[in-house]
Amino acid sequence: MTKKTFNIVISGTGGQGLITLLQILAEAALIEGYDVKTSELHGLSQRGGSVEAHLRFGKKIYSPLVSLGSADLILSLEMLESLRVIHYANPKTIFLINKYLFSFPGSPPEKEVIKKINRVIKGKKYVVPAYQICKKELGKEVVGGIYLLGYASFKKIIPLKPNSISKAILKIVPKRYLELNKKAFELAK
Amino acid sequence: MKKILLGNEAIVQGALEAGVDFVSTYPGTPASEIGNTFARIAKKHNIYFEFSTNEKVALEAAVGASFSGLKCLVAMKHFGLNVASDALLPFCYTGTKGPTVIIVADDPSCWSSGQSEQNSRAYAYLAHIPMLEPSDAQEAKDFTKLAFKISEKFKIPVIVRTTTRVAHQRMPVQLSEIRKQKIENRKKGRFVKDVKRFVTMPPRVLEMKEELLKKIEKIREFAEKSPISKLSRDRASTKLGIITSGVSYLYVKEVLEELKLDLPVLKLGFFYPLPEKKVKNFIKNLKQVLIIEELEPYLEKEVKILAKEVNCNLKVYGKDFLPQIGELKTEIVTQAIGRLINKKLKIENSLKIENWKLKIPKRFPRLCPDCPYWFVFSAIKKAAPKGTIFGGDIGCYMLAGFPPHNIQDYLFCMGSSIGIGHGIKKSSKQKLIALIGDSTFFHAGIPALINTVYNKSNPLIIVMDNRITAMTGHQPYPGMGETGMGEATQEIKIEDIVKACGVKNLKVIDPINVKELQSTIKRFLKKKEVSVIVARRICVLWERRRKRRKKT
Repeated sequence: MTKKTFNIVISGTGGQGLITLLQILAEAALIEGYDVKTSELHGLSQRGGSVEAHLRFGKKIYSPLVSLGSADLILSLEMLESLRVIHYANPKTIFLINKYLFSFPGSPPEKEVIKKINRVIKGKKYVVPAYQICKKELGKEVVGGIYLLGYASFKKIIPLKPNSISKAILKIVPKRYLELNKKAFELAK
Repeated sequence: MKKILLGNEAIVQGALEAGVDFVSTYPGTPASEIGNTFARIAKKHNIYFEFSTNEKVALEAAVGASFSGLKCLVAMKHFGLNVASDALLPFCYTGTKGPTVIIVADDPSCWSSGQSEQNSRAYAYLAHIPMLEPSDAQEAKDFTKLAFKISEKFKIPVIVRTTTRVAHQRMPVQLSEIRKQKIENRKKGRFVKDVKRFVTMPPRVLEMKEELLKKIEKIREFAEKSPISKLSRDRASTKLGIITSGVSYLYVKEVLEELKLDLPVLKLGFFYPLPEKKVKNFIKNLKQVLIIEELEPYLEKEVKILAKEVNCNLKVYGKDFLPQIGELKTEIVTQAIGRLINKKLKIENSLKIENWKLKIPKRFPRLCPDCPYWFVFSAIKKAAPKGTIFGGDIGCYMLAGFPPHNIQDYLFCMGSSIGIGHGIKKSSKQKLIALIGDSTFFHAGIPALINTVYNKSNPLIIVMDNRITAMTGHQPYPGMGETGMGEATQEIKIEDIVKACGVKNLKVIDPINVKELQSTIKRFLKKKEVSVIVARRICVLWERRRKRRKKT
């Protein structure tokens, strides 16, 4: 890692499993010997609403929150929600976005969202159909987030080794879902 | 060994390391995971744990256990302390026998709270109760342990006040040993009669107050020596210093490190009693001091008073540069410090695109698919005549206030849909439907229901019974036949209580029968006396979870 800290903002909608991703990443950072802090929100407003979680790791971390314009990576499980956290980005921020739109009354059509993403995010971005891939290969959309973690790690978007994230998955994911999650992670190789 | 813990889990760890015997709580975000964790592990650690009916009852249970000599922890969200406050003040007068720690979680920015943006630090002044403010998960654990020590040493309950960003912050936490109690050795308390100590009758109560105030001065001396209030750097710089506490400290450190600024910082672990000598020493040679605290400027006021004694030329800044509304963050602290050192500070080069420019429509939280409340809301909308007033209360059914439902005309605190509904019905002829959840009904709805009967008003009350305390993450409550430790217990039926309160118009309906629900609403809205519908259908998520639990 060249920078002192690595800042991640994860966004999506309540129920997509953001907190699990946060726990896995935090554990992986600890495995690699980093200091790490996360911040998340619980409760009613998270139910199907917009959610963002923060994670920072490095030599020594104080604030659990990523400051405006200081995200190294924005990981979004939903396209519209990637735009909603854009104020954490700077021109160097990498975006890893699940090509998935959870529409609601009044939400713009997918085409328009993609157009906006392409117009606004001029730096590095990966728009990956993680849900589609996981649905096709594993029969379950829900592990799309884990697939994206694999994607970020194998493609070196996150400075955490695949091996550390694998170990973290083993620690965090409940036994009965472990096989499925491991597969989703490896699928991104 | 280090383990990544959520702030709330770290509090549980601290209580276990301190050897807690008795834990009580009522769930509320951002404190809920404390109870959830104890519910899971209490048996294994041979601790008594309960979800109490409400926070006042939870605190009273702990008072009883403390008087019987047990080590107690009580956890609640900030509003819970309002409910518990009636028991809190006399508890400070009597003091503890078994050490007792109260965890109170505030929620600046109201991420998971309606009602108000409460700053519970004011209770320290009101009740004369020592209050510690941790900044992170490690301190949440350490301060909980220290709070037990203070309580043991000075025989007084102690509050550990967290905020959302502490309670829901994860970090690697250094663990210590938990001395396991053997099942058969579980500490049994014993109440030893001591009228002088436990009875707060006048004139004794005034003596108690005097004893309490003396105690607080002794604790202040302890706070002066305690390492939890610390100078982060003993700089010679006298131009500008910073005083801060709680999570704000983390933002201050972040800014100073990032911008390589060398300013002296006094971090206060004790909010009350304030280590005044420490503060005086810190400010006496400064020209300016910036107080960085969230919400109301309590510390700022304290420092202004102390400055008059030791440094009357000192410029004390705080809310001049910092908001009184909403939580702080690094950016806000950067700007405040920047203004005082006359520099425009910027941490990073932001994309400078605000959400509003992108015109992203708001995504409202919504009821889960298949939630039984969908049926209730739909029946209400169909059955209620135009102009009907809809009273909201605290629970998932607050979503009634969002589209597509839009049936919430007032929302206050636990139980108030009925209490306020009564007042409106006494004042106006308009029709009124008050919604209240099952757990909320037990918590604070019953006295209000009795009031409607006794004082003769006629709202229609719909108890939204989904068989669990759903919003805070599925905690058991008195209506579902299971205790916080997973033991079977008497199921207290809401309809039995309603009947016993003298309500004549009562019907229990599965809301999936929308037609029946609609016609009952219509019929009951015409009644001259109060009427109650118990709309009973299990929360879908809870049902799924329960089935999974049964399988394994």
